[in-house]
Amino acid sequence: MRARVVEDYSERLEHSVLHHLTYTSKGYYAFVLFLLAVVAWGLYAYSTQLRYGLIVTGMRDVVMWGLYIVNFVFFIGISHAGTLISAILRVTHAGWRTPVTRMAEVITVVALMIGATMPFIDMGRPDRVLNLFFYGRFQSPLIWDILAITTYLTGSIIYLYLPLIPDLALMRDRLGPDASALKHRFYTSLAVGWRNTPEQRQRLERAIGIMAVLIIPIAVSVHTVVSWVFAMTLRPGWDSTIFGPYFVVGAIFSGIASILIVMAIFCKLYHLEEYITEKHFRYLGYMLMALLLLYLYFTLSEYLTVGYKLEVEEKHLLTLLMLGKNAPWFWFFVLGGLVLPGFLLLRSGRQTIPRIVTAAVLVNVAMWVKRFVIVVPSLQVPLMPFEFGAYTPTWVEWSITVAAFAAFMLIFALFVKVFPIISIWEVAEQHHEEEVVAPARLAPGSASRSPWAEPGGAP
Amino acid sequence: MEKSEDVPVGRKGLTRRELIKRSAALTGLLTVTASPVVPVLRLTKEPGSASKNAPGAKQKLRHWCMVIDLRRCEGCVTINQPPQCTQSCIRAHFVPKGEQWIEVYERKLPGGGSYYMPTPCYQCENAPCVNVCPVGATYHNREGIVLIDHNRCIGCRLCMAACPYQRRFFNWGAPKLPPEAAFAEYSPEYPVPAKKGTVIKCMFCAHRLANGKLPACVEGCPMKALYMGDLNESIASNGVEVVELSRLTDENNAYRYKEELGTQPRVWYLPGYGQRFGRKPNVPREFKPPTWPWGEDGFNRRPGVWPWGEDF
Repeated sequence: MRARVVEDYSERLEHSVLHHLTYTSKGYYAFVLFLLAVVAWGLYAYSTQLRYGLIVTGMRDVVMWGLYIVNFVFFIGISHAGTLISAILRVTHAGWRTPVTRMAEVITVVALMIGATMPFIDMGRPDRVLNLFFYGRFQSPLIWDILAITTYLTGSIIYLYLPLIPDLALMRDRLGPDASALKHRFYTSLAVGWRNTPEQRQRLERAIGIMAVLIIPIAVSVHTVVSWVFAMTLRPGWDSTIFGPYFVVGAIFSGIASILIVMAIFCKLYHLEEYITEKHFRYLGYMLMALLLLYLYFTLSEYLTVGYKLEVEEKHLLTLLMLGKNAPWFWFFVLGGLVLPGFLLLRSGRQTIPRIVTAAVLVNVAMWVKRFVIVVPSLQVPLMPFEFGAYTPTWVEWSITVAAFAAFMLIFALFVKVFPIISIWEVAEQHHEEEVVAPARLAPGSASRSPWAEPGGAP
Repeated sequence: MEKSEDVPVGRKGLTRRELIKRSAALTGLLTVTASPVVPVLRLTKEPGSASKNAPGAKQKLRHWCMVIDLRRCEGCVTINQPPQCTQSCIRAHFVPKGEQWIEVYERKLPGGGSYYMPTPCYQCENAPCVNVCPVGATYHNREGIVLIDHNRCIGCRLCMAACPYQRRFFNWGAPKLPPEAAFAEYSPEYPVPAKKGTVIKCMFCAHRLANGKLPACVEGCPMKALYMGDLNESIASNGVEVVELSRLTDENNAYRYKEELGTQPRVWYLPGYGQRFGRKPNVPREFKPPTWPWGEDGFNRRPGVWPWGEDF
């Protein structure tokens, strides 16, 4: 009886996940076309920049970094959603992670691709990009960035691909006779001969386990060296010893918020309510709350230690942030990104999912603003006896920024058309574990008694 | 490079095909593992070449520095001119409009008066800009001057973020220069014409020093407030007199700007407010900003809010 239920479960799961790979709605096409148009507009803006140089941006000698670097830090931050969080949950054997990991890992790969292009867009001489390989100096934080990000991207792609193999094999087997030869070849080659033998399973589990452990230090190193691009300078606000951990915590913070948003979107679009339940939102909500408190703590110690001493340049910066031109941004970050989400997450009661998702959206918007508040005001502070610098992004920068977000969604949308967004085999396995193995363990007189089961449990 | 000798031959019947395969793999592996050696070897070479060919450089290695006597500097307000150091620098290097490689700031004195402070690139010994450059485009030459190779710079502007004195400038667009600038022979010591998308700054007129001439700003200063010095020989000159460098700095309370940062600038200031020429610290006179004979509207041409705006 129970076995039947389980079979039904996996059949339903396969249907509700794979259905969207074969059936494409008009809305999807419209959405993809819209995204393509936005990306094309961004490319036009970039071509303008290539023609005239960075003079088409709002950046000038005093504030010489702007939105591009903000986006860079933001997207690299988002990328900590996936691989890191899914790896942590895997290493700690959190069973509830299974329906969420795939989404998280895709966020990582796509965000890394978008984020990594940002410094190249920001370059004054993109034609000399190869100089980084010919003349790269290991003493430069920028080279650390390139090494860390490429390592993380490679690792994340492997870590995304490995758990995909059984699902790809499933899709290979489920392709109907009317599917095109190209599709057959595509899934067959990507499934690398997966037959679900016990030996294959064991090897895959091992490979995933190794990657999960490896990817954690890599992910931590990535945002650490991103912060060091700033922390290795003598600028007010950047010249900070806690920037590494501060950035890593901020990255995980915004990463969890992104997973929550993506989860909510796919839950709605794909009707995955059976697999992504309130429990998942609640658990990730707890993680978000924990990271929020950590980030609050870091923010407090960062600004208090500086504000207490009021070194002259730091004083300029704090005035600029808290009372001056950047005050709306700064206080939006504090109130909209920390205080309000904190209340939303702490409040218990009905409407758990909308509450948590609202908090996640707020956090992500505020974290983008926070990156702006990190990058721009520090540059506005005069280091020589002159006026404060000014920076107003131009349409070119805004277009490229919007196009970057559109490209993120576009790659995501294309990915979910080709690959299942939920790890089918892992969810089924987890379900089997919960519904069959665990109850059997608890059942009286069972042979496979759990070591924690009370010896005299049976009446 | 054939490495076939290193491969253990024999045992287990190594075929010729296998041998060739393995030696090719070994060669590839060696190439990959040895590739980091290349940048290390390159370090031993001297990037700047002009200073080596310079007359005098063969006999002695200079250690250039600058002393700025603020008691003589009054920002050229008494002669009602823009600062002449900046002006002669602009003329000597076809400096793109808006960039002031040596810039004169008016700073406050505690009693409400002011003094003028010319600021070239400080050519720091522990230069933050040189430390962070990802491609080694900015470097110290043998005489301690921080130069930029504009054919290598990728325009990431990390050096500008790192410079605590904001003495670096960026050619945001293609600089509008007079036609004669195009005939200049580019070298890191004489970065003319300025290149779009690269960072540029004062280089102590390395091209003039190599030919036994004083920098353009030192020559252009009508008050002779700027001294070019050689730390090795402890000698300095402002163009009309030659003084002992150590005495000049020691006897006049010389200081370096933001000494506490540890960047060890090679520019010393002798405190003052232009008193040598009778300037009173609190006499208000308007400071005239420098002018560029070229550039027109090229600099500051900003794109409008929308792409269909007038400019771009």
